[in-house]
Amino acid sequence: MAGAVLLLAAVGYVLGLLFAAGPAGLVIAVVIAIFMSVGSYLYGDRVVLASVRAREVGPQDQPRLHNVVEGLSIAAGTPKPRVYVIPERAPNAFATGRDPEHSSVAVTQGLLETMNRVELEGVVGHELAHVVDRDILLGTILATLVGAVVLISEFFMRTWWWGGIGGRRGGDSRGGGADGILFMIGFLFLVLAPIAASVIRLAVSRQREYLADAQGALLTRYPPGLASALRKIEASAGIPMHSANNATAHLWLNQPSRIEGERLGPFEKLFATHPPIAERVRRLEEM
Amino acid sequence: MPAWLWIVLGVLVLLVVAGIWTFNRLVSLRNRVDNGWAQIDVQLRRRYDLIPNLVESVKGYAAHERELFEHVTEARARAIDASSVPDQVQAENRITRDLRQLFAVVENYPDLKANENFLALQEELTGTESKIAYARQFYNDQVMRLNTLIQSFPSNVLADAFGFDEREFFDIEDPARGPAAVDFAG
Repeated sequence: MAGAVLLLAAVGYVLGLLFAAGPAGLVIAVVIAIFMSVGSYLYGDRVVLASVRAREVGPQDQPRLHNVVEGLSIAAGTPKPRVYVIPERAPNAFATGRDPEHSSVAVTQGLLETMNRVELEGVVGHELAHVVDRDILLGTILATLVGAVVLISEFFMRTWWWGGIGGRRGGDSRGGGADGILFMIGFLFLVLAPIAASVIRLAVSRQREYLADAQGALLTRYPPGLASALRKIEASAGIPMHSANNATAHLWLNQPSRIEGERLGPFEKLFATHPPIAERVRRLEEM
Repeated sequence: MPAWLWIVLGVLVLLVVAGIWTFNRLVSLRNRVDNGWAQIDVQLRRRYDLIPNLVESVKGYAAHERELFEHVTEARARAIDASSVPDQVQAENRITRDLRQLFAVVENYPDLKANENFLALQEELTGTESKIAYARQFYNDQVMRLNTLIQSFPSNVLADAFGFDEREFFDIEDPARGPAAVDFAG
């Protein structure tokens, strides 16, 4: 997390240099980074839930889902999280929040429609394992910080792109030789920042998935439930997830795809936030 | 102060710290066991509340299964009156068996199976059954951890001194994954 804050501060600093704000840019960037971190600690879950258009459901709307979540919370000995449904056809789920007392579990409409009770228990068990292990705090803060890095660099790229085509207005500070080099460094940095952000994210993501699979199975005492759910999710990998984006990819039960029929190529596998489903199923079946 | 005194003092401090840590662990496990028991109780009560509704809604469609209704109602009354853990376990097992039978009978009444009221009740009951199972799982896990700590050395010395007692496991038939389970598909 400290890494993500530093990264954000550095991006802000470079941006400051480029827009000729001087050392004050660093101060501003650090202040913004601190506010971002505190903000994502307190409100990150709401930001993440809103970004996928999740809406909270009561026990009357989704009795089965609520019963499953409550049952597994009892098994885990934690308070019952709030329950959200995301209007997406692709079956998927995630958990967010800062600690077990302030946690939420969100599942897609597609998941509710395709999974039977035992499979739903497997999925919710996996998400509750993330809650109990406090992976959700790290995941949620990373989602908002990485989101900010991606947003800033995209904003910059666009300003630069359109500024470049339209010709630079007046003789601003970017014209000179030294500023030109600085500009190149800044450009490189902003290209690399999103990649660095995903590397930080990957470091925490993949192994935690295996762990949550195992702990979820320990809660349900029935590994085939989650294995079967994962197989169904793989079978529907072609269904796109419209609200998916790079910042929240690591939160989901399985990595969401944005494009119809998209499958991961070898290069994407290197940068995947989740281990391959076949491997997860194999480990569950060995339990 | 001579060196040996420092060593003795250090060992004493370590012992006290370890003692406090063990005592707090015993207390926290005992609370978790109590909490687990309360949770089972909540869910069992929920089941007692649901049974009369279930019997009523099935009666409307299958009046001649009277004997079965009486069985369920009687098992419920017994479970409510049970005073010891083994008694309760036995009564709960009977309820679980009778309910399974009831749901098996319902299979013969397509109208009833399509009734929205009944479906909602069935979901509530299936949910409650699995919550009982999960509450029992949590309770038994905590009882095992508490009993292990009470039996192990050196925590057994502290447990004896402060009157921490071993607890009984709650062994009830597992409703969700038994052979003729309540229908949980779909």
